[in-house]
Amino acid sequence: MIEYFHSVRLISERCKGCVSCIKRCPTEAIRIRGGKAKITESRCIDCGECIRYCPNRAKTAVTDSLADIKRYPHNVALPAPSLYSQFEAQVTVDAILCGLLSLGFDEVFDVAVGAEVVTTAIRELLQHKQVKRPLISSACPAVVRLIQVKFPELIDHLVPFEAPVEIAARMVREEYARRTGRPQDELGVWFITPCPAKLTAIRQPLGDLPSNISGAISIADIFGELRRVILQKPAAVAKCRRASWAGMGWAVAGGETEAAGVLNTLVVHEIHSISNVLEQVAMGKLKDIDYVEALACAGGCIGGPLMVENRFVAEHRMRNRLAVGKRLQPQPELPLAPEDLVQRGTLEPRPIMRLDEDISKALYKVEQMERTLERLPGLDCGSCGSPTCKALAEDIVQGQASEMDCIFKLRERVHELAKEMMGLAEKLPPSLDKKEKKGAIRDGKSKRVAGTSGRRGGSDDSGGGA
Amino acid sequence: MEQPALAMEFHLTAGDFNGAGDASGKIKRTLQQVGVKAEVIRRIAISAYEAEMNVIIHSLGGDIRAKVYPDRTEIEVKDSGPGIADVDQAMQEGYSTAPDHIREMGFGAGMGLPNMSRCADRFSIESKVGEGTTLRIIINH
Repeated sequence: MIEYFHSVRLISERCKGCVSCIKRCPTEAIRIRGGKAKITESRCIDCGECIRYCPNRAKTAVTDSLADIKRYPHNVALPAPSLYSQFEAQVTVDAILCGLLSLGFDEVFDVAVGAEVVTTAIRELLQHKQVKRPLISSACPAVVRLIQVKFPELIDHLVPFEAPVEIAARMVREEYARRTGRPQDELGVWFITPCPAKLTAIRQPLGDLPSNISGAISIADIFGELRRVILQKPAAVAKCRRASWAGMGWAVAGGETEAAGVLNTLVVHEIHSISNVLEQVAMGKLKDIDYVEALACAGGCIGGPLMVENRFVAEHRMRNRLAVGKRLQPQPELPLAPEDLVQRGTLEPRPIMRLDEDISKALYKVEQMERTLERLPGLDCGSCGSPTCKALAEDIVQGQASEMDCIFKLRERVHELAKEMMGLAEKLPPSLDKKEKKGAIRDGKSKRVAGTSGRRGGSDDSGGGA
Repeated sequence: MEQPALAMEFHLTAGDFNGAGDASGKIKRTLQQVGVKAEVIRRIAISAYEAEMNVIIHSLGGDIRAKVYPDRTEIEVKDSGPGIADVDQAMQEGYSTAPDHIREMGFGAGMGLPNMSRCADRFSIESKVGEGTTLRIIINH
């Protein structure tokens, strides 16, 4: 069994065992067991949906902290372009980048520069007729994982390039080596991240290549401090390497394809909608579309679970910044993408659906599951700790739950037992049965049977007394 | 005769675009649970979907049945009319009786039957004008 690293975790003390998270999880990775949420590691794609919807803030993303950068003598911050959406218009990108320097980083490298490189690579790739259509963006790690676990047949459709942040990290490392000639282990490369999936992708890369990033620091964690230093030292603005609007645009849904200039595009965001669209791609329905831009968070990265600002406000700010950028530079010159810079490792499928390694056993289990499902009420209430009746049926055939976990089935059973007890209580041994007319008991019994038959279709009139 | 390990049956209503894809979607999910290889599932799902769409677009309604054996999946699609006059012609790529506006919607491109036969390991089609069409698709796992 492969070990999985996940950045989405549970703070057990805060969890009340409510069903909000199990209902939202797109891969049905969560169950409530023992009054607490349990995440099935192999199914979790770190999309952060459960973080967003937990009313008790019991779900969290484990990220690195600013203190971690002390482990390296030289540190570079890689801010996600979505970071700019957290600040009002008067706070310039330069001010934000320099603010990061004040937090202790030695250098700042705009991740949007990596996005520019991927943009040109995608533009190139789409020139080739033989590329599978639709091509699916691989920029969002939660989407890539969704494809690995739920749509493994679509892996070939994924853009074969690394995500912008990984490319930015490679560029940083190459530059550092060229400039200083110092060993790479002295260099800390830190992604300032809007989401947990990105951290997971660093610790446990999507493909088979190791990541070039040292760690990820949550935007929510550093926002307060960053804001403070920016407002304190507005004058201390130096020149940092920054990208054009094309790279910055990747922060919002639709920005990636707009930058690449791809026209025949389908833009889909929010993980459940993505699942639906991928379903259609898998059915061969969307062959006439060139490119699918898919971002797990509603609105794109600006809607990430580790963001501070409301996503609509963030989108408004981002679009304004982009509009200004476009006015100054309608057609930015984008850096070319050398082959080896953008290549990512091979992606392996991680199917989660199969019920058993042995196909005959799996077939048997599917049948059992169908039968169990027919007996369940179909309300999908979640009280049993599984997200739907179907999921409960699956848990039952897998030996991880019992039919009595369903409160309706339990009540039914209690009702049957009570009936049985009544039947037994009415029975008297002949020695105590002093009444001459035994019909009285029979009458009583037949009444009871009549009473049940109306509700249960009269199928079990002998069962009550047995 | 060998009993299938698993059988599914769905009714298809003519013109019911709302329910289009439901049957093939369910067949697909079940096969994923069985653990059939992703590429094989894809072929089965695509042929089942094409067949489903054909019934919904062209026929007066019908049924789709999927029988899953450990080594193969068999799909049978039966509809009640109007039937195909020239099966050989219908099997040609790009041949379609669908009008242009349907084609522009992405349907009726005349690729349905050829697509199915390309995905299938065994494919047969029987049709009688005025009675209906029966498709049989077998895909080995």
